Amino acid sequence: MKPKPFSTLFRKYLMALTGLFLCFFLVIHLLGNLQLFLPAEMARNSFNWYSHLLSGNIFIKIISYVLYAAIVIHCVDALLITVFNRKKAGNYAYDKRAVASKWYSRNMGILGTIILVFLVFHFKDFWYQYKFGTMPVDDAGNKDLYEIVIKAFQNIWYVLFYVLAMFALGYHLLHGFYSAARSLGIYHPRYVAFIRIFGIWYSYIITLGFVAIPLYIYFIHY
Amino acid sequence: MELNAKIPPGPLEQKWSYYKDHAKLVNPANRKKLDVIVVGTGLAGSAAAASLAEMGYKVKSFCFQDSARRAHSVAAQGGVNAAKNYKNDGDSVYRMFYDTLKGGDFRSREANVYRLAECSLALIDQAVAQGVPFGREYGGYLNNRSFGGVQVSRTFYSRGQTGQQLLLGAYQALIRQVSAKAISLYTRHEMLDLVVIDGKARGIIVRNLDTGEIERHAAHAVILATGGFGKIYYLSTLAMGCNASAIWRAHKKGAFMASPSWTQIHPTSLPQSGEYQSKLTLMSESLRNDGRIWVPLKQADNRKPNDIPEAERDYYLERRYPAFGNLAPRDISSRAAKERIDAGFGIGAQKNAVYLDFSKAIKEQGQDKIKEKYGNLFSMYRKITDIDAYSEPMMISPAAHFSMGGLWVDYELMTTIPGLFALGEANFADHGANRLGANSLLQACVDGYFIAPYTLSNYLSDEIKTGSIDTKHPEFEMAEAAVIEQLQKLSAINGNKTADYYHKKLGKLLYDHCGLSRNKSGLEYAISEIKLLRADFYQHLKVPGTPAEMNGELEKAGRVADYLEVAELMCYDALTREESCGAHFREEYQSPEGEAMRNDEKFCFVSAWAWTGLNQEPKLYPEPLVFENVALTVRSYK
Amino acid sequence: MKIYLKIWRQLNAGAEGKMINYEMDNVIPHMSFLEMMDTLNEKLILEGDRPVEFDHDCREGICGQCGLMINGRAHGPLKHTTTCQLHMREFKDGDTIYIEPFRAAGFPVKRDLKVDRSAFDRIIGAGGFVSVNTGQAPEANGIPIAHEIAESAFDSAACIGCGACVATCKNSSAALFTAAKISHLVKLPQGKVEAQKRALSMVAQMDAEQFGHCSNTESCEVECPQNISVLNIARMNWEFGKAAIFRK
Repeated sequence: MKPKPFSTLFRKYLMALTGLFLCFFLVIHLLGNLQLFLPAEMARNSFNWYSHLLSGNIFIKIISYVLYAAIVIHCVDALLITVFNRKKAGNYAYDKRAVASKWYSRNMGILGTIILVFLVFHFKDFWYQYKFGTMPVDDAGNKDLYEIVIKAFQNIWYVLFYVLAMFALGYHLLHGFYSAARSLGIYHPRYVAFIRIFGIWYSYIITLGFVAIPLYIYFIHY
Repeated sequence: MELNAKIPPGPLEQKWSYYKDHAKLVNPANRKKLDVIVVGTGLAGSAAAASLAEMGYKVKSFCFQDSARRAHSVAAQGGVNAAKNYKNDGDSVYRMFYDTLKGGDFRSREANVYRLAECSLALIDQAVAQGVPFGREYGGYLNNRSFGGVQVSRTFYSRGQTGQQLLLGAYQALIRQVSAKAISLYTRHEMLDLVVIDGKARGIIVRNLDTGEIERHAAHAVILATGGFGKIYYLSTLAMGCNASAIWRAHKKGAFMASPSWTQIHPTSLPQSGEYQSKLTLMSESLRNDGRIWVPLKQADNRKPNDIPEAERDYYLERRYPAFGNLAPRDISSRAAKERIDAGFGIGAQKNAVYLDFSKAIKEQGQDKIKEKYGNLFSMYRKITDIDAYSEPMMISPAAHFSMGGLWVDYELMTTIPGLFALGEANFADHGANRLGANSLLQACVDGYFIAPYTLSNYLSDEIKTGSIDTKHPEFEMAEAAVIEQLQKLSAINGNKTADYYHKKLGKLLYDHCGLSRNKSGLEYAISEIKLLRADFYQHLKVPGTPAEMNGELEKAGRVADYLEVAELMCYDALTREESCGAHFREEYQSPEGEAMRNDEKFCFVSAWAWTGLNQEPKLYPEPLVFENVALTVRSYK
Repeated sequence: MKIYLKIWRQLNAGAEGKMINYEMDNVIPHMSFLEMMDTLNEKLILEGDRPVEFDHDCREGICGQCGLMINGRAHGPLKHTTTCQLHMREFKDGDTIYIEPFRAAGFPVKRDLKVDRSAFDRIIGAGGFVSVNTGQAPEANGIPIAHEIAESAFDSAACIGCGACVATCKNSSAALFTAAKISHLVKLPQGKVEAQKRALSMVAQMDAEQFGHCSNTESCEVECPQNISVLNIARMNWEFGKAAIFRK
């Protein structure tokens, strides 16, 4: 018996693997962003140097292509799964099934869409700007991404949008992290319990970390 | 007609081997030319269908449920017996044989019972190989528990769902053959008649319950594995769909019924709480290991159980049977409960129950220990009654449970119609007048896995030259026409009472007069009342819809129509057996202390009954029981 | 108690269905839910109406035949309880109860509240068994199986095949049902022999039967009468992946 390449489980493996890669990327991303909490000038130098490092390195370049691919695959696969599920799902005149599960586990698509919309702006404002836009330069000669970031977070609406998106991300991770482990087949109760707790902490830390940055810049930094 | 049980010659221990060594065989190349119909997909049916298909026969399997896995074997809780002697406590095939024979009050065949015990060994092997998760000890070896009526531990179990797990094993074996196209499976098909051509069973008429279509199916042999008919009492521990229709239609085509009145009434069921009630849920017998059964000493005592002081309680089982106490066998416990209830000491809103009290066990062993042993049963009790049995005694009551009687079969499990076999609870063979706990799963499995494959081959070896059976044969035409006529008749009455109304009336009548205890005048009264009820049924029944569609009410009506005839035979059977044995308790035949009195001189036989026509007295053909290996003793549990 | 019912009525698989209103007086709290349905049917028959078709058999929670969507939940408001074990005391006088069939593309409605769950049989047929013929079995105690393993296999094997997992799943996924059997058998030495083939075939059949993906919302475990753990699904995912990569 040959496994079918488009079996439901393959699609879920794909979601899980790309999702977990993105989870890993978030950690790297957050670690880099933490430099923004340094005293202003130190932060500027450090952050810009780090950004330069990431844009110049061939190894990082490969990773970045994997990242783009992961995002695209994660989204397309999610869309396929959702469309497929919609066709199979039963609808009830009176539906209280929701009490038996967590709201965010049932709404990964909506949460994911919020994150995707956020990503479009995020890429446009920072990634595109850094790569293709005209950038100021700092003392060390690196492109001054720090300046761009600080300016962006002067706008309260932008900060709010950012925070909202991070909460969407948080709930997405809260379900997504251990769901990915489930899809990949971690079945032993002991490790499942560990992953569940790890996933919760992971989601809290990532969310709070990313939320703290715009708030810090908006309220404290300036 | 002389009944021939066809017991093989030789000493008891070698009879089955002798049979297997001398039975005729069918060459593997010829097996695919032979069709076998199996009706019912419980343990016996699934096991037989799968085993025969594995051998190469072409099998058609039928069940009325929406999946083969739902047959009522699924509901058996306690376990399955086997004489493995894993506990090293002196068990053996002979001992198990003797326990079963004695438990059945010496009203079954020695040779059949011995074979049952003998084949029990292989059954456990088979089930384990199928992946049945039996309970195990920490060392990894199979565990056993003990059960009522025996002194050894020989019961294998899968928590409280042994029947389910064994059935899933058999069902998976069946489904495996369905996938291999060796079995054609027809779910939601109910057998409505047997087709007999030139004296041999040649096929069945079935109704597709989803569409109402009537179909003909032909075969060289027909197996009925359709289970018991305790549902005839309406309130019983059986599933709603359990019925006597298949075996009854076969009976009317010439198969004898044996001892149909022997019905086991289980002592630990939940009592009826109202007229609307459709079923009585069984609480596992294992509860009697730690629960004490009592009623108030005062009649119609309306106090709450916990308000009744110790001195005013009557632990009647401990009082009457000090040696076995609360663990007295099922028939005796049920009868003792009925005696108290009838005398006005019953408890509960309907005064139809007795208490099963765990307070002493909880005090001695702690609530945690009791929870560990019976937690699932206590929570089931709570779900159904909303009562916490840790703080208040359970209310229990006897309920119809198992049919020891059924189609008469010989040693080969063949009925009096050549080519028609009856397996499992549908036959009468192994349990005598009372079945021991955990023997029913065993019998169904053994019949299906280990006996039918040999005896069917022996029969089919003479059918190789028959060729395929034509469903256009006039006998098929006639049988189908009769089925259609009956369905139309039921639909056309258009009266004002539902099938359930008649079923409930019949059930009450039987429970009162042909239930736990019987007497001559009561049985005669019941016979005349059943006749009246039957006449009323055909005048005032209301069946909505038509036969040509899915019609649950028509299904029910057909089953009740058959029950109304079976009930009459049960009463005749009970009336003519002027002794008390096992579950059959005739009030006229009891000792001064109220114990059953068997009459081995006059009634050491199986009552086989022939159908003589509607409203005719059935004809009795006794099959004498010969005991060459054991001495008949009085069952005493005092 | 007075109870207002809204019940899905549908003549056959091809017909349009709709919710119809009924009223029940004198409902007794100790009645089981299905006995309430019996009483309704009795009334309908005597009034010359067509009774409501619904599946049921053992009425003690083990055969798996009953299954209704009651007030928007599979098997009604209680967790881990079949429809037949639900009692009217869970409702209040004057309540309105919505009763619908289990709905899923894989469970077409046959009539009223009866659905076709034969897909489950076909999933088992794809490999949910040990290929052992009658007579081939070795001595039962020949292979010791640790107590914990046997118990854990039982936990998976306890599935009653009612379909509540599918009915309550927002994707109508049959993952829990399929996984319970895959993991029951793979836990036991007897079932390990065919583990790879079984995982691949059963999953392929599950997909062919119009069931959706598992989103790990875990509502199936909540509604499962036997409390079958969602970790069985993880086990299925593991076994399938392993088989897909290492298959012989």
